[in-house]
Amino acid sequence: MDDVYNELIMEHSMNSYNKKNLDCPHYSELGHNPNCGDEITLELKLNGDVIEDMAFHGHGCAISQASASIMIDTLKGKTVKEAKDIIETFIGMIKREITDENELQKLEDAIAFRNVSNMPARVKCALLAWHTVEDILKKSETKGNGSISCCTGD
Amino acid sequence: MNSYDVKKDFPILEKNKISYLDSGATSQKPIQVIESVKNFYENYNANPHRGAYSLSMEATSIYEETRGKIAKFINAKNSEEIIFSKNATESMNLVAYSYGLDNLKSGDEVVLSIMEHHSNLVPWQTITKKTGSTLSYMYMNDAYEIPDEEIEKKITPHTKIVGITHVSNVLGTINNVKKIIKYAHKNGAVVLVDASQSIPHMRIDVQDLDADFLVFSGHKMMAPLGIGVLYGKKEILNKMSPFLMGGDMIEYVYEQNTTFAPLPNKFEAGTQDVEAVVGLGAAIDYIENLGYENINKLEEELLDYAREELSKLDFLTLYMTPNRENHSGVISFNIKGIHPHDVASILDNYGVCVRSGNHCAQPLLRSIGVDSTCRASFYIYNTKEDIDNLVDALKKTYEMFRKYMKSEN
Repeated sequence: MDDVYNELIMEHSMNSYNKKNLDCPHYSELGHNPNCGDEITLELKLNGDVIEDMAFHGHGCAISQASASIMIDTLKGKTVKEAKDIIETFIGMIKREITDENELQKLEDAIAFRNVSNMPARVKCALLAWHTVEDILKKSETKGNGSISCCTGD
Repeated sequence: MNSYDVKKDFPILEKNKISYLDSGATSQKPIQVIESVKNFYENYNANPHRGAYSLSMEATSIYEETRGKIAKFINAKNSEEIIFSKNATESMNLVAYSYGLDNLKSGDEVVLSIMEHHSNLVPWQTITKKTGSTLSYMYMNDAYEIPDEEIEKKITPHTKIVGITHVSNVLGTINNVKKIIKYAHKNGAVVLVDASQSIPHMRIDVQDLDADFLVFSGHKMMAPLGIGVLYGKKEILNKMSPFLMGGDMIEYVYEQNTTFAPLPNKFEAGTQDVEAVVGLGAAIDYIENLGYENINKLEEELLDYAREELSKLDFLTLYMTPNRENHSGVISFNIKGIHPHDVASILDNYGVCVRSGNHCAQPLLRSIGVDSTCRASFYIYNTKEDIDNLVDALKKTYEMFRKYMKSEN
């Protein structure tokens, strides 16, 4: 239990610097878990195929909030391809399908959620932000850059 | 008798050193109920109503005797007024489909309380939409109770069906069901009472209440999972169409038409969960043996203690009526600034089992302005020690989060 509610996760869940609005996000996607009422809006900016910036806002439990925040730290600056690989690895870790230490290293701080795999009732909380960013990246493939046009013409 | 003596009858609580505070979701089972199910399979198992051989007849007689036992337990006039289902949800769907669908039309109203569990709410949304009738709600005051004026305002001569939970599964509020029934009858409406959260704790008398329909699940009153009951007044049930069709609910089946069996078989299609019926009979014996008077005494003492101890924690928001006499053993709460799922996960680490979430009552939670709560619910096997464990674990949870709270920096 203390492994899950550790310092890193607590700090990110209670006082996250990633919990804010981006000025002109290219993508904004709502993720929610109807069962618990958790709602997270993820915002994302791409620069070519690099994730330039991300932020989130919304409400939910410590695990879902911290997971969103730490995910942003991990994915920022990565290419879409790298991000997809990391997302897949994270989901695999939570579902206990990936346990290889070397493979998990690429998750950086997000490895802190490893023990959520022992708490089946909380798996959905940990995955909420990751499934949401997955949706955004899928959209980016079809729509390309800039689905929100608040900055067009600037 | 004290709760420590009672607790000894529950093997799961003896084996696991836990404080089980989720009896509102499902109760634990005493050894007497567990043994009754085993005994059925070892000595009496056959399909009731089917065979001409003695084993099947014995199974039939156990099944039907239990029906009679339930009728007596809730003071129904006839045992045919007792219909077995798989749970309270199925019982309520039966009423919605077999009564609601045939008796509602445009201009009619169905009135529910905002406290209803989704099982007494979602079926009525479907049925009112299908029939062009309307659905309206009786709301609560600040004491989490439905005031008399609200009852009299919402139930009108257009009201044809009223659905009311006897005790709220989130708040523990005991509703004035008798008054609601009286007022609904004055306006020509029938009333469906959800007794799922009340019958484990208090004597139900369907004739005294004058309920038209009353439903409950066995598993919340120490019986096995998978068995529910619908009580309905005979004259109303007789006029209703069957809900599920199949074996054992028929008289003659022709290629194009069927005549249906009389009550209660008309509403019991297919092979029933006889082991659970047997277990329900044993649970009723267990309750009668303890006596509701003793159950009430134990539970009242425990609830007084829980209200008192939890009220001392200033970091808690409690969602409960200040009127003690209208409160049954369920308390919803939140720790300010901490999500209930986190609280429940951390309490679990201290061996305290509480539920967190929306408790299948989203409209109710929305009406009090929250997405979810933690809920502790009590039963006869809970002790003051369980409450102390809850309080200690809540304090530790709060401490764990407090140092990260911004206002504390």
